[in-house]
This record gives sequence, C-alpha cells and structure tokens, in this order.
Amino acid sequence: MAMSDRFLPLAHAPERATSETAFTKVVLIGIAVLFLVAILFLPLVTVFVEALRKGWGTLFENFGDPDTLSAIRLTLLVAAIAVPFNAVVGLAASWCIAKFEFKGRNLLLTLIDLPFSISPVISGLVYVLLFGAQGWLGPWLSAHDIQIIFAVPGIVLATVLVTFPFVARELIPLMQSQGTSEEEAALMLGASGWHTFFKVTLPNVKWALLYGVLLCNARAMGEFGAVSVVSGHIRGLTNTMPLHIEILYNEYNFVGAFAVASLLTGLALITLLAKTLLEWRFAGELAAKAHRH
Amino acid sequence: MSVPVRVRNLEKNFGRYPALRGVSLNVEAGELVALLGPSGSGKTTLLRAIAGLEQPDAGQVLFGDIDANSLSLRERRIGFVFQQYALFKHMKVFDNIAFGLRARPRASRPSEAAIKAKVLELLHLVQLDGLEARYPAQLSGGQRQRVALARALAIEPRVLLLDEPFGALDARVRKDLRKWLRELHQRTGHTTLFVTHDQDEAFELANRIAILDHGRIEQVGTAAEILDRPATPFIDSFIEGIARRNADQQSREWTKPHVVVSR
Ligand SMILES: Nc1ncnc2c1ncn2[C@@H]1O[C@H](COP(=O)(O)OP(=O)(O)OP(=O)(O)O)[C@@H](O)[C@H]1O
Ligand SMILES: [Mg+2]
Repeated sequence: MAMSDRFLPLAHAPERATSETAFTKVVLIGIAVLFLVAILFLPLVTVFVEALRKGWGTLFENFGDPDTLSAIRLTLLVAAIAVPFNAVVGLAASWCIAKFEFKGRNLLLTLIDLPFSISPVISGLVYVLLFGAQGWLGPWLSAHDIQIIFAVPGIVLATVLVTFPFVARELIPLMQSQGTSEEEAALMLGASGWHTFFKVTLPNVKWALLYGVLLCNARAMGEFGAVSVVSGHIRGLTNTMPLHIEILYNEYNFVGAFAVASLLTGLALITLLAKTLLEWRFAGELAAKAHRH
Repeated sequence: MSVPVRVRNLEKNFGRYPALRGVSLNVEAGELVALLGPSGSGKTTLLRAIAGLEQPDAGQVLFGDIDANSLSLRERRIGFVFQQYALFKHMKVFDNIAFGLRARPRASRPSEAAIKAKVLELLHLVQLDGLEARYPAQLSGGQRQRVALARALAIEPRVLLLDEPFGALDARVRKDLRKWLRELHQRTGHTTLFVTHDQDEAFELANRIAILDHGRIEQVGTAAEILDRPATPFIDSFIEGIARRNADQQSREWTKPHVVVSR
C-alpha cells in the first residue's frame, strides 16, 4: 500500500534491492501500464464516450427523464441515511472493540466483517426472509400496514448492512494501535467520559473516520446486489441508480443507460478524488506519528 | 494542599497471576518516596491501583482519611505522569497543559484568561517558556516529560504519581531532570510517589525508598537504612549494583532532616 512504502528509506538504500536489467524493467512496467489501461482506464472512458454518443443535448435530456430523476433522488436519499448511520454506529462499535476488553469481543469483530464475506445477494435475501410477505415478520408488518420489502425502508436496510464494515474496518486497527493511554491521561486530569471521547478519542481518528465514511458512501451509492433483491424494481419508486442503469440497458436504451452510468461514475470519481486528497493528508499524520517513538 | 497516601494490604491479580500480593505503604504529606524494583515486580500496577486506573481485588487506598473507593477519578485529584508521557498528540503544548482546567464542570472552570495565566506560569515552572505553540512531536524527550509534568500539576493535584519519569531518556538528561525534580519538589511539596528501576535515581532523589519484588514490598526506609541494613538477601543483591562509596556519601547528604515546603 502507498502508506507502507512511505517508511522505506529509499533515498538511503545503500544498493538497489533488485538486480533486473533495464530491459526487464521496461517490459514489466509496460505490461503493468497496459493492463491498467485495458482493465481500468478504457472502460471508464467508454462510459463517458457512450454517454456522449448523441451529444450533450441528449445527455441532459436523459437526466430530465422522471424515472431517472427519481432514481437519482433515491440513491442520494439512501446514501444520506445509510452513511451517517454507519458512521455513528461504526464509530461506537470500533470504540467498544478497540478500547475495552469484554466477553464476546471477538464475536463482534467477526460479525462486523460478515457483510464483506457473504455475497450481497444473500444479505438482501435475509431481509426478504425476515420482512417479506411470506417472511417471519411479514404478517405482523402487513397487519400494521408497514411495507419494508419492495419499498424504500428495505433498500435503506440492505444498503446499511452491506456498507457497515467500511467505517469500523478503518477505525478498529488505528484505535487499537493508539491504545488507551491518552484516554487514561484525560480521565486522570478530571475529564468526563464524554469530554474524553470528543476531545481526545475522536480527534485522534478523525481522518480515518472521514476516509471510512467516503468508502462507505461510494459503496452505498453503487450497491447493486443486495438492493436488487429487496427493491422490486418499481420504476420511479424503488429503483436506485445502479438498478435503473440495468433496466435501461436491458431495454436496449444504451444512451440512457450510459447517461445515468456516467453520472454515477462521476459521483464515484468525486469520492475517489476526496479520498486521495485525504490519503495525502492522512499519510502525513501517520508519518508524523512514526517519528514520535 | 497535599495529603498522605496510605495503602493497606493491596492485592491485584491478572487472571491467575498475582501482580500485587498484600502491599502496604505509607507516603506522608509532602514526602517523596521512590518505588524501586526489578521489571515486572508490580510497580506500575501499584501506581495504577492508587490512581484508580486499576481496580484492586483486595485492600484499601486512603487519601488522608478518605477511602479512595468513595472518590471518582476527578475527585482524587491525582497528578499522574505516564511512563510513555501519553501527551495528547493532536494538541499543542498549551492545550495539553490547559486540558485539566478546561475539562472541569462549568461552575468551577476558570476563565480563559485565568487558564492562560496558569499555563504560562506552569511552562515557566518546568522551564519551557515559549514552547506553548509546539506539538508534542516537535519536542525532545526531556521536554515532553516536563510538559507531562506541567499538565499533571495544572489540576493542583493532592498527590503526584510518576511512572518512571525519566525512563526513556539518556543518562545526561536524566541527571539534569533529577536535580530539577528535586528542586521542584522542595518548592511545591507535593506528596510524591515515583517509580524507577534506576537505583541511583531512587537513592539520590527520595526521602524514603520502597523496594518491591514479586508484588511484595521487601523493605521501606531511607537510603542509609537500606544500605546499612538490607532486610533480605534479595535487597542485598539488588543494591549491589550501587557503588557503595558513592551511595554512602549521597545517603548522608539526602537523608539529613529535610525541609518540606507546603503550599
Ligand atoms: N493488564 C495486564 N494483564 C495481565 N498481566 C499484567 C497486566 N499488567 C501487568 N501485568 C503483569 O503484572 C506484573 C507486574 O506488572 P507491572 O507493569 O506492574 O510491572 P513493573 O514493576 O511496572 O515492571 P517494569 O519495570 O518493567 O515497568 C507483570 O508480570 C505483568 O506481566
Ligand atoms: Mg512499569
């Protein structure tokens, strides 16, 4: 990772660690670059090229489509609920796991990773089994006129589940490495638990938290599998951007599909840019910490 | 205002490992006691138990006449200096030292102006004038140590607990800080318990020395008492490292009646 090689004393290396000839090096680098262009860069460009095939006018026309607008709104709404929720709960969970010893700590750690290790489709199916018409809570829900599956609440729930690990995964290793000594110092100085959390614990992880939130956001907007299962694909109502793109594509409306895709890609690129800026900032702090010991 | 600390039959187990096995120790008001002992003997554990960071399994800690268990960490008003400083990395020196004052409940919190005056006064006391805008990462080890001490002093502690305050520093800096700490103690008169595994440091600085081994206090006494009449074979071998001719001279110097200035 970029962060780890900051610590290699490259400038002072007494001799080169590798002995490949210049020719081998050029070939290897060439292959890597070709690979990146073919796998990552070309598809990205294609999205925008396809979206603009019929010109800017058609592109904006497509954005004006009511179903598209509704998909954009829904995606933003879901992210606006799922991301803050996961940020707060992820922060609380990381804090418990990293700063306290308790029974069931390892179980909790495994549970947090679960959404990463099972297929998103299964995450979605779990909710259908729980809340669907034929599910365990289905009868009770319909008796009280509450709709979760094939409605916005189900989409939000599925997204929350799938994107939960991002924040916690960022925070737990950092908090564990920081230990509890600063918190203990704060308590000895007479600070309350809240004061300690907000003035000591939180500032120490703020960059990692923001980084986790960005990753979480990227996934929340792009999630397809789990959301697809619980959404029901009702146009203009329960279609998020990724689902909407698939529908348009299946209807051979390529320009429409790529128009929405370009927008989603744009959102992802913005997130990526923010993440890179943060990494840059964050790496500086990490490096500073490394000098402190 | 300093209070005496009384530790009675303190026991602490980590799992099945007994870290403290019935430790009793008195530190009189204004006294400076060194806690000496080999690595793993339970020095840090004892300090943490007194501070309230570790819950003892048995025994009692008294501040004056008050059972420490009835006091919250804030009410104990203990200045604790950690072995690894534990400075707040993301705060400037000024904010580190001001932390304890700002953390007070609104009713008893001093004004920002008063806080500023207090912080600058403490910076002067620890001889770090002008460094208030630095971050801990921008300080030397000895400077960080003194910031940690200033931060602990800011809450006007009734007891100072120092865990190997000079542990991570080189010999020269240790010597300087030792002298400085002794003068500071003579001026401020805090009841002080400080951990070290450097015999010279203990014998040079402390009014009395408590020697801990395997979670038990083996002997408590002045430097002269311990050097003249080691209580156990362990003590005898433990203090062997000290050059006796030096120690003899030092012990005379540092166990003569000692004026403690109270505040
Ligand atoms: N949180 C803990 N969990 C388990 N065992 C512990 C814990 N803290 C301390 N111990 C054990 O208790 C014993 C005493 O530890 P302590 O830290 O008090 O030693 P110390 O005298 O301060 O040593 P040093 O001079 O190396 O700092 C050690 O054997 C240590 O392994
Ligand atoms: Mg220790």
